[in-house]
Amino acid sequence: MPRIAGFLSPLGVLLICAAALPGTVAAQEGPGLGVELTEEQIAAWDINVAPDGTGLPPGSGDARRGAEVFAVWCIACHTTDGEGGLNDRLVGGHGTLDSASPVRTVGSYWPYAPTIFDYIRRAMPYAQPQSLTNDDVYALTAYLLQLNGIIGADDVMDAASLPRVEMPNRDGFIVVWPPTDE
Amino acid sequence: MTRTQNPPGQPEQVAGNGILHRRLFLTGGAAMAGAAGMGLMTARPASAQLPLEVPEWMKAPGAAMSGYGTPSPHEEHVQRSFNSLPGTIGSGVSRTPHERLEGIITPNALHFERHHNGIPDIDPGRHRLVIHGLVERPLMFDLESLSRYPLVSRIQFLECSGNGRANDAAEPPQLALSEIHGLVSCSDWTGVPLSVLLDEAGVAPEARWIVAEGADAAAMTRSVPMAKALDDAIVAIYQNGERLMPGNGYPMRLFLPGYEGNMSIKWLRRIEVTAEPMMTREETSKYTDLLPDGRALQFTFQMGVKSVITSPSGGLEMQAPGLYQISGIAWSGAGRIRRVEVSADGGQSWAEAALTDPVLPISLTRFRMPWRWNGGPAVLQSRAVDETGAVQPTRAALHARLGTQFNYHHNAIQSWLVAADGTVSNVYA
Repeated sequence: MPRIAGFLSPLGVLLICAAALPGTVAAQEGPGLGVELTEEQIAAWDINVAPDGTGLPPGSGDARRGAEVFAVWCIACHTTDGEGGLNDRLVGGHGTLDSASPVRTVGSYWPYAPTIFDYIRRAMPYAQPQSLTNDDVYALTAYLLQLNGIIGADDVMDAASLPRVEMPNRDGFIVVWPPTDE
Repeated sequence: MTRTQNPPGQPEQVAGNGILHRRLFLTGGAAMAGAAGMGLMTARPASAQLPLEVPEWMKAPGAAMSGYGTPSPHEEHVQRSFNSLPGTIGSGVSRTPHERLEGIITPNALHFERHHNGIPDIDPGRHRLVIHGLVERPLMFDLESLSRYPLVSRIQFLECSGNGRANDAAEPPQLALSEIHGLVSCSDWTGVPLSVLLDEAGVAPEARWIVAEGADAAAMTRSVPMAKALDDAIVAIYQNGERLMPGNGYPMRLFLPGYEGNMSIKWLRRIEVTAEPMMTREETSKYTDLLPDGRALQFTFQMGVKSVITSPSGGLEMQAPGLYQISGIAWSGAGRIRRVEVSADGGQSWAEAALTDPVLPISLTRFRMPWRWNGGPAVLQSRAVDETGAVQPTRAALHARLGTQFNYHHNAIQSWLVAADGTVSNVYA
């Protein structure tokens, strides 16, 4: 039996159920070689930001600073105004999702503002990901939101304000998990 | 199934335009006698030089052994096609050349790839997997320790959810099979059940999701339901018997049987256990399926039932009319393939193909069908049914349900037009 004493709940129940079903992984005992860490030791790796803003770090930035950072790191692929370029279009496309040529951008399609911060911090700039300061990531996030007309030029984005930004396509998704019987 | 009249002494035709009974290749006796001498995939006799000569490779010692083999230089044309986003070399796809492969196992060097910022050059001695979040004990593993855990092995396919999307274009793209459907491959995956590692960490009662992250330059991240993580997910460390290829996640990757490929996070370095999905860029702005009304389906994880004829297929050329073996692959994220039907008349009549053992759940399944090409035009199609009864849809039916902008989970029937001149092209039928 797996080591579930005092912590049975969904895991243990699911494991027991799985063990009874043919073709699924039976509950197995491992050698217990995981090295226990503290959350503090993991902090440097933990860059997830939840849609409610959980995980957003200290720091802040506005669109003016974001425009400066964008000009250095982003325009090669996304052009000055984010409306085109070599790779993903970041701005515009509002009102096009139900057309024959939908334009999916940060402004027209992304449902959660904190996800913009999460993605820029983990994956951009393309040539040097995870190299920007948190202030500059907030500033880039603010710039993209401002270019899309979602916030104003003077609005400061930080861990408190960013989760409050209402994205235009917030209600545009139909969650189909878990599946229902048809 | 339409039965048509057979010429005397000829194998039984079971569907229109020359589809013969699948038993033709499975039984001996009269049926095979009918096929003997006609050749498979060729109606011409082998063009041997006569009189027969003893070749030079029998008159001198052969080459030495090697530490790691390579294919024959005569097979150098068997390559993945690949392309990357403008200005990048590692943000794109490479595609398995199924039109030049047989069986169900994809050679490791030909497995498809989809990368979001290149292939990281990972030192396995420095790579770590961390499990944290809603757990009793945050834990860290390395490759050496994971290799000591109980391993499981399964032959299963992996498919990019964008596979087949080229056929959403208004006009059928004239591409090779692999350029349309090459984002699926099948391997013998060996790894540690994720449930064992999660159990060691001690999952909290409120945990419903895991958030998996890769150690690539995109720090690729997807949320996965806890139910899947505890059911059949593994941390894979071997592929077809050897350590993973760098392009497929060396030294360790998540493998989620039947789910869209990008969720099987390569170069797995971190799993955060959470109560809610993280709503990452890859599960909101990408890998969501846009409907005609402007809303999008989210968390369409499982890959649908699908099949495609690999031979003959687009860009290949038929030789003279005669007896051929249609060959193809079928798969479903829901389980086993129950049946594959083949048509040579654009779907007017169908007959059941032979499934080649093994027929495994969530695996590529090879199907084969004898066909007598009469030299006239023929539209070849295959239609798979899985063990849940799900039937592969036509392109028209898929588009009627989802429109043309959904981008992902395109599992429609593929149609190949065999023209009278022997060329094979992509058509919508």
